Amino acid sequence: MSVDKKQVDYVAKLARLEFSEDEKEKFVQDFNNILQFVEQLKEVDTENVEISITNYAAFNVLREDKIEKSMDREDALLNAPDKENGYFKVPKVVE
Amino acid sequence: MHFKYAHEIKDLLIKKEVSAEEVVKSSIERIKEVDGKIDAFLEVFEEDAIENAKSVDKKIANGEEVGALAGIPMAIKDNICLKNQKTTCASKILENFTSPYDATVVRKLKESDAIIIGRLNMDEFAMGSSTENSSIKKTKNPYDLERVPGGSSGGSAASVAAGEVYFSLGSDTGGSIRQPASLCGVVGFKPTYGRVSRYGLVAFASSLDQIGPFTRDVEDCALVLNTICGKDNLDSTSANVDVEDFTTYLNKDIKGIRVGLPKEYFGEGIDEGVKREVEKAVEALKLLGAEVKEISLPMSKYSLPVYYILSSSEASSNLARFDGIRYGYRADEFEDLVDLYVKSRSIGFGSEVKRRIMLGTYALSSGYYDAYYKKALKVKRLIIEEFKRAFEEVDLIVSPTSPSVAFKFGEKADDPLKMYLSDVCTVPVNIAGLPAVSMPVGLSEGLPVGLQIIGNYFQEGKILSLASSIEKIVNFNARPLI
Repeated sequence: MSVDKKQVDYVAKLARLEFSEDEKEKFVQDFNNILQFVEQLKEVDTENVEISITNYAAFNVLREDKIEKSMDREDALLNAPDKENGYFKVPKVVE
Repeated sequence: MHFKYAHEIKDLLIKKEVSAEEVVKSSIERIKEVDGKIDAFLEVFEEDAIENAKSVDKKIANGEEVGALAGIPMAIKDNICLKNQKTTCASKILENFTSPYDATVVRKLKESDAIIIGRLNMDEFAMGSSTENSSIKKTKNPYDLERVPGGSSGGSAASVAAGEVYFSLGSDTGGSIRQPASLCGVVGFKPTYGRVSRYGLVAFASSLDQIGPFTRDVEDCALVLNTICGKDNLDSTSANVDVEDFTTYLNKDIKGIRVGLPKEYFGEGIDEGVKREVEKAVEALKLLGAEVKEISLPMSKYSLPVYYILSSSEASSNLARFDGIRYGYRADEFEDLVDLYVKSRSIGFGSEVKRRIMLGTYALSSGYYDAYYKKALKVKRLIIEEFKRAFEEVDLIVSPTSPSVAFKFGEKADDPLKMYLSDVCTVPVNIAGLPAVSMPVGLSEGLPVGLQIIGNYFQEGKILSLASSIEKIVNFNARPLI
């Protein structure tokens, strides 16, 4: 599989990123080199192999359903680039 | 005093032959003397560190009990959150981020009375093998300022190698503790996945990331592991395994211990000098009575492609949180909400980070998910099973840590694939979630060579046993001349 500029544009849109034309050119090249490298996985027969998410025996992590203290509102807003009246502020979304 | 070990400083402090304030001031002096050359630190907390040292001294003077790392200056990689201090991940997108909380490892260090003296440089978001991807500055290798310290914990490795601090913490996703430890001639330990809480570590690839220590000898490594390991309710992947006293594993007889040398890790692409020094260490093991035999791990060669798919996929998901809304950089000009995201991310992230987000987004996108992501998870299982079989045959596995000694700046920077190959010996360990150490065993062309010891799950103690025996016989005592 290989990618072209059109696909780079599509993936960039999904990733919420944008690139200059020069960057895109470089990207297509790098991307294809890396994909070619990754293609070697095709050699491996994984016909009856289950996927593996965890490294060792999976375990459930449960705790008692009781309310615990969370971060103060003030702390949570500490790093907000823009805020107002205790809320994060974003540009208008609905007309 | 700068090149003493943490355990020696600990003894001097307890015997009251030196005060914590003196130790901390001497570290700060050393940083002022050499950090202009190596650029390991992003920030030094001079006043806080001296204040904290004074309170340790007061405790000692009053006969109060102090923690296991009391008064010892150390520093943390800048992707580990420290309350009321900046945590930037060496990225423009987080340049103004002040952490509102402590990472669990930081809380544990504070409880052990260690003195956190500053934040250390790294590859942006821990993506890289040379610290050339930091958006702030390049850290240099203390052994040769023209060369890289390795990555992504380059600042953590260089600061310990240069005698600025007695130990440091880094994070290891594909080798980011062991590879820089190898290139800088220090001990770097990646614990079993889940052994150390990742709460407060800015996530890169959550299924692979693990925090671990950089120290100058194996005993210090055991001491720091004693402090940072343990179950944490704030990290759902934290393993419920008892914390042991790792120092009890040191200086044991290793007679009869079965050591495997995977032939694939000694083959093509490994520098002659690296091979020579590692083989010398293996000879030393035989002298100590270890049973050394060749093994084969043919699936390891697929670790790098598996790693790049899985880590990039997880990165694309983890780094989606950097959108310019709740924290981090927000672009000055934008048209609407989506444009705010796009502009903030495109300006805020550096090129390697964007490359990996793109690769991950592609691998997870509809139509390619099965061919890349799912395939990688299947091969991951085969890699894990192969290690499991190997550990029925041997107790530990030994290999070079890095295929080469420290390379020059720019040598691999333009070619991502070439750079990725720096991690070829370390990545399989992360895929399987196993513990492993890198320790210095010699020099090649005046530059340090690292030996990697890989253990089975939660067998950190066994690794430390072997490492402490090798350390004694190899007696690596090189120091950088800065």
